[in-house]
Parts: sequence; C-alpha cells; structure tokens
Amino acid sequence: MGRLAITAFVAAAIAFWALPMLWLVTAPFNSHPGLDVSWPDWTLENFRKLSENPYAFSSLKNSVYLAVGTMLGVTVMAALAAYSLSRVRIPGRNTILYGLLLLSSIVTGTAAMVPIFQLMFALNLVDDRSGVILVLTGGLLPAAIFILKDFMDATPKSYEESARVFGATPLQVLRHVVLPIVRPGLATIAVWALVNVWSDFLTSYILLRDPTKLPAGVVMYTFYSEGGQANLPLISAFSLVYALPVVALYLFVNRRYGFRFHGGIKS
Amino acid sequence: MTVTSVDAAGLGRRRAMGLVTPALLLVTAFLVVPAVWTVYLGMTDYRLTGIQAANPQFVGLDNYRAALADPDFRNSLWLTLLFVLGSAVVGQTVAGFALAWTLRGVPRLVRGVVETLVLLAWILPSSIVAFLWVAYLSGDGGTLNALLHTTGTDWLLEHPMASIIVFNTWRGTAFSMLLFSAALGAVPPSQLESARLAGAGTFAQLRDVVLPHIRGHVLTNTLLISLWTFNDFSPYLLTAGGPNHASETLPVFIYNKALYGGQLGYGSAISFIMLVINLVIALFYVRLLRERR
Repeated sequence: MGRLAITAFVAAAIAFWALPMLWLVTAPFNSHPGLDVSWPDWTLENFRKLSENPYAFSSLKNSVYLAVGTMLGVTVMAALAAYSLSRVRIPGRNTILYGLLLLSSIVTGTAAMVPIFQLMFALNLVDDRSGVILVLTGGLLPAAIFILKDFMDATPKSYEESARVFGATPLQVLRHVVLPIVRPGLATIAVWALVNVWSDFLTSYILLRDPTKLPAGVVMYTFYSEGGQANLPLISAFSLVYALPVVALYLFVNRRYGFRFHGGIKS
Repeated sequence: MTVTSVDAAGLGRRRAMGLVTPALLLVTAFLVVPAVWTVYLGMTDYRLTGIQAANPQFVGLDNYRAALADPDFRNSLWLTLLFVLGSAVVGQTVAGFALAWTLRGVPRLVRGVVETLVLLAWILPSSIVAFLWVAYLSGDGGTLNALLHTTGTDWLLEHPMASIIVFNTWRGTAFSMLLFSAALGAVPPSQLESARLAGAGTFAQLRDVVLPHIRGHVLTNTLLISLWTFNDFSPYLLTAGGPNHASETLPVFIYNKALYGGQLGYGSAISFIMLVINLVIALFYVRLLRERR
C-alpha cells in the first residue's frame, strides 16, 4: 500500500472515531450547548446547574456502590475459586470448568432478563441495590474465574511448597505467599469488573424503580429519553463527570501496563 | 495440564471445595436457575399483570407457535441477523483488521492517538456513547448533517438500521483491533519481507502470508464478536427499537414484549430461543479452543 493510501485511511479513522466524541469535550463548557459541536466559551455554569440536580449526585454514589460492591464480590470469590480449581483436583473439576466457560457466554444479561426479573421478583429483591450487586456478581464470576485460573496455572508452585516446608498453615500460605504473587491478576479482574458495572445499564434499568436508587447509567438515559426538550446543559455536564473515571482508569492502565491483550475480555 | 494440579499449599479437597462453593452458589442462583426457569416460563401464559399474573396456565408450545406466526418476531430475527452481519462480521472485523494492519507502519504518536480513540469508544459507558450518537445523528442541528450538508436529515428515524450498524462498528471495533494486532505480531516478518521482494502486492501478501497464520484468530474473533453483538442491548438506547419496529433487534424485542408489554411467558419463549442460539455459537467456540490446545 502506498504511503498516501495509509495516511488517508488513518485520517479517515481518526475522523470517524473522534467526531462523535467531540461533543463530550465541547458542550459541557458551552453556556448554550446545542446538539452540534461548536467552540465553547469555557464556562463552568453547566456544572453548577448539575450540582443542583437532586438525582445527578445520588446516581453517581449509587454507581460507586454497585461497582465497588460487585468488584469486591467478584474478585474475592473468583480468586478463592480459581486458586482451588488450579491447585486441587476437586471431583468434577473439568465439568465445572467446562460448564463455567459455556455459561459465561450463553446466559447473558439480555438473553436472561425475563427470568432474572422473575427470580428477583420472587425473592423480593426488586428495587433493592443489593439485588443488582448479586445479579452482576453472578454474571461476571464465570469469566473472572476462567481468567484467574489461567493466571494461577501459570504461576510457579515452588514458593507455596517452601512455605509449607517451613511450617506455614494452608491459610497462611494463601495470605502471605499466594496473594502477593497473583496481585496483578486480581488487579486485572478488579478493573474489568469496575468498568463493566460502571457502564451497566440493563440490569439496573430492569431491577430498580425508585429514582433515588438508580445508578448513573440509567439516570443518564432518563435525562435524554424523557419527553420534552432535552436539558442539554445538564446532560453535557453529567456525561463528562460520568465518563471521567473511565477515562482516568484507561489512562492509568495504559501508562502502567499498556493496553495489550492479556485477557482483558469485556463481556 | 496434569502437572499443574499439585496441591502445593496443602489445602486438601474438602477445604478447596469450600472455597469454590460461594462462587458456584452465586453462579447457580443467577445464571443456571434463570436459564432453566426460561424453559418453564416459556411454556406458560405468564403476564406481569392481570389474571395470568396470579394464576398462569401451562400452554405447552403455544408461545413458540405464536412466535413463528408473529410478523414482529420474524422481522426482529431478520434485523438481528443484519445487525450481526453488518456491524460484527463485516464492520468490526474489517475495521479492526485494517487498523491493526496499517497502524504497524505509522509513527508512535499517531498510533497512540488512534488506539486511544478506538478504545475509549469501547469502554465509555453505553448510555453516554448512545447519547453522543443521538446528538451526532440528530436532524435538529446534529454534527453529521452539518458535515455532509444534509440539513434536517434525522438519521435515526430515516435510516435506523444503518445507524445502529455504523454505531456498533464504532463502538466495538477495539476488540478486533487488539486481537488482530496480537495475531499480526506472530507473523514472521521475514516471510512478509520475502513475499515483498518477490513482488507480491499488499493483497497477495495478506492472502498468501498473513491469512494462513491468523486463520484461527479470525474465527475466534468472529465467533466472540457475533455472540456479543447478538446480545447487545445498546440499540435500545439509540432507537428503543423504533420507529415502528424498524430497528427492533431480538434483545430489544424481548424487552419491549416481556418487561414493557408485560407478556412474560411469550418473552421467555423468545429468550429461550436466544439462549439456544448462544449455545450453538458457544459450542463452536469451545470446540475451537480445544482444537488449538
């Protein structure tokens, strides 16, 4: 391919991916934001309006609660399960692993939304944030166990063996020897779970009713889908605030580890 | 595979099973039980409200017969096929490969910019990117109309399927790009070099040198992104299935019928059909993984 063709293609790609995103950078700082992209007058007025909206701040708190709760549940349970599956020949181990691999791809939030709603209704967990955490944790666990098990299979067992020789109990070995070694794997799973839940829309949309319990993803949607003129100053400022943690996390991960394929598979 | 299962920490089977149990319980409760329950619910006339809510009747395969006769369902199936073929199999695969291939030869800075943009489109929350596209495609002062001088064209109303296909290509290409970058890294540069010296053009190089090396990756990539696109709910955030069912892919159809329209039994039957399609794709994928080992 000629240099010119490559340059043209790369320019087209930048335009295709950047153009829809420009609004997110310009509109929040525009005193009269429209739907188009225009040079802003760098006002912070929209953020002041945002701070007066009763649902904006509570929704971000709810998102933090859901994301952190799910992240802790997924990381801890996946780590324990993955370690045991990696090191101990539990009866039916291969069946469990095969089942988890299939389940994680078959029973998705969209395909199972009706029975999940039914189940939570029967358990009296509709409109309950803990219910959302349980559903999200159950959904993310199979893939998390899989990624972590691969990771643990690849770590040497000699440290654990020597700790045993020096008389450490199995739980001490887990805490003081295994945990530090697998920390990068746990960090990957934690970040992956955080980003997934932070972006989630459908689970909370189905299971929560009370506007004060809704996370940012759903509140963002109600801001623009409710009838009448869309409140663009509010929407633009809120989008930016809601997006920033993801952008920050991306920059951090990219600088620290590089965004290459290590199993960062999004569901 | 076999050597890895030495119980180095001296955990013992019993304790190990204890550590696996919490995860398995949650997975059973929130993935296995719902999947099995769909089979039962799909054979009832269960509804969100009314008599059938309190006392649902077993109706056998009626819901499946109704689905086959339902023009909205057949329309939805067809739109889903278009959506998966257009945005995943063609859109994301072609764009992802083209990016992975061309970005090898551009300056570091440019490469970083393109990759960051493509990755941000992938990881930003879906309701934000959905609104960004609603604004971009709007007939009421949207940026695309200003660029193309097509004032007043409401893309989401006039071309809903094309819009969500382009949107999902934009949204999901990052995965294919990352996967193909990793795959291309494994193609021996010496082979490409000798093909070039022998006078092979770009197309011939791709066909004769690159493709044989990455065939497995192409297949893996196609299966995974098809599965994800098939289960993607974000068209709802752009068009809610409209106008008049014109962009109602299967997940949106289920939502509109079952949770919005209250026909839980009928919606469960459609969900079960979705689960079966997912199972078929997943079995192909698992088989592929095994062959490679």
